[in-house]
Amino acid sequence: MSTLLSVTDAHVAYGKVEAVRSVSLEVGTNEIVTIVGANGAGKTTLLSAIMGILPLKGRVAFAGQDLARLDIEDRVARGLGLVPEHRELFVTMNVEDNLELGAFRIEKSRAKSSIERVYALFPRLKERRKQLAGTLSGGEQQMLAMGRALMGEPKLLMLDEPSLGLAPIIVADIFRIVTELRAAGVSVLLVEQNAQAALKIADHAYVMELGEFVLSGKASDIAANERVAASYLGFQHEGASAI
Amino acid sequence: MNTTIMLFLVQDGITNGAIYALLGLALVLVFAVTRVILIPQGEFVTYGALTYASLAAGQMPGTAKLALALGIGAFAFDLFEARKALHGRLVVRSFIANVVLPAIVLALTLSLAAQKPPVAICIALSLVIVAMIGLYLYRVAFQPLAHTSVLVLLIASVGVHLALQGLGLLFFGAEGQRGPAVLSGAFTAGALRFTGQSIAVYAITIAFIVALWLFFGLTLYGKALRATAVNRLGARLAGIRTTLSGQIAFLLASVIGALSGILIVPITTLYYDSGFLIGLKGFVAAIIGGLVSYPLTAVAALVVGIVEAFSSFYASNYKEVIVFMLLIPVLLLRSLAAPAVEEEKD
Repeated sequence: MSTLLSVTDAHVAYGKVEAVRSVSLEVGTNEIVTIVGANGAGKTTLLSAIMGILPLKGRVAFAGQDLARLDIEDRVARGLGLVPEHRELFVTMNVEDNLELGAFRIEKSRAKSSIERVYALFPRLKERRKQLAGTLSGGEQQMLAMGRALMGEPKLLMLDEPSLGLAPIIVADIFRIVTELRAAGVSVLLVEQNAQAALKIADHAYVMELGEFVLSGKASDIAANERVAASYLGFQHEGASAI
Repeated sequence: MNTTIMLFLVQDGITNGAIYALLGLALVLVFAVTRVILIPQGEFVTYGALTYASLAAGQMPGTAKLALALGIGAFAFDLFEARKALHGRLVVRSFIANVVLPAIVLALTLSLAAQKPPVAICIALSLVIVAMIGLYLYRVAFQPLAHTSVLVLLIASVGVHLALQGLGLLFFGAEGQRGPAVLSGAFTAGALRFTGQSIAVYAITIAFIVALWLFFGLTLYGKALRATAVNRLGARLAGIRTTLSGQIAFLLASVIGALSGILIVPITTLYYDSGFLIGLKGFVAAIIGGLVSYPLTAVAALVVGIVEAFSSFYASNYKEVIVFMLLIPVLLLRSLAAPAVEEEKD
């Protein structure tokens, strides 16, 4: 397994306030990596900075190339995709147009087969393909946002809180699809508050607190960690302190 | 007032309204995609009109030189921006698009101007020249500011308007000009007389609106432009460059402006500074459309044209005042409908 994304000593600041401090992480090919942590820990900030939406101090390399000078659009063209927390869909356009635009940088002939693959992953989107994105339910919008990102044929897909505000049955569906993506050769960097579900499907995990990584390791080890269990998994082992 | 006069006024209003509709649509498009309130839209109108009139009169229009100068500026900006990672291919592409192309057009204009070329060639040349000016203007004046607030963009827009108006005086002089009709001939239907020119105005306006509708509805680039207008971040995450969308929007706006100018200049004498007022009327229509709605803008433009025609009949001294007063009730209604205005964050 080779390294796909490597972030070294990253700092991200809003003005004088440092929201992310000295963070390093790696995502390999065919791997699901998750970052868990409480609200406001800096997870979304970190993803935005990796994508180029926010300025980042430090080094970000993707597929062996330094990303520092690349705009968001060029990072997309190189195979880095982000499904942001707010999904950022084209709400006044229909599902099909949203997906078609996801393949803006992809050859037309390849986009045709991509759209069939996305419809196979999310049959619901095919049923709704002429419906305006803004009129979809929350779960369908999440599927569309993921579908649009997949249309760009990413090597690494970053998902920011994909389960937020969704019904449990849809959450299960989305996590199942994330594992299917790994099987299809797409690496996933998953940011989640639903740590339990994220740790179950991830290979590797980082725990983020107040802008820093406090723990990292194999997802199964992290899930078994008492401190993590106490703070993020919603149950307390005997004798463990609640940080 | 009898019916004949009324019909005349309505006809006149619709002819002007059609032009305002084109301009209003361009304003809405540019604002939606780039957040620039395009005050120099009026200059695109005068530049198109006066370039066309000059060419038809056998004179060399200064706008062709301006296009080359702006193109060189745009090339310099491209070079500066790419200075840390110069790609041979990028440089060559930028050089061809920004320097070679306007140079060729300038050479063509120089060689053709003295021979009083036929109307079709005058139109084509004028459109190309103004289109290039619009495109390079975006690169030089607005693209470097793309991330700033609407207010900064508005100030830049006012600056560009003033600069272009001054250059217009330099290029075309203080005298007004008129151009030859795009379509000559006339026919009467009942009491109304239709000139070839007014038919051309209707036909071209409708054709352009249909073409825009098809462009936005069916083509990938049209959809990308809409996407940028709906959600800039979403568009960027899909790999759509906002600069590309901005270039297309400015290209369309300048072509629409120039085309409007070419359609008006056979009907009324235009001066180097006439464009501003014409653009403002398109702006009134765009504001009534809330700077977002294309159909509402088009309808509002027809209303503006008709109100203008009637007020120039009844109170010609106040015709501009009456047209701009249309804004007050609309703004009042809109402010009542949306009481909470959020300050823009980006």
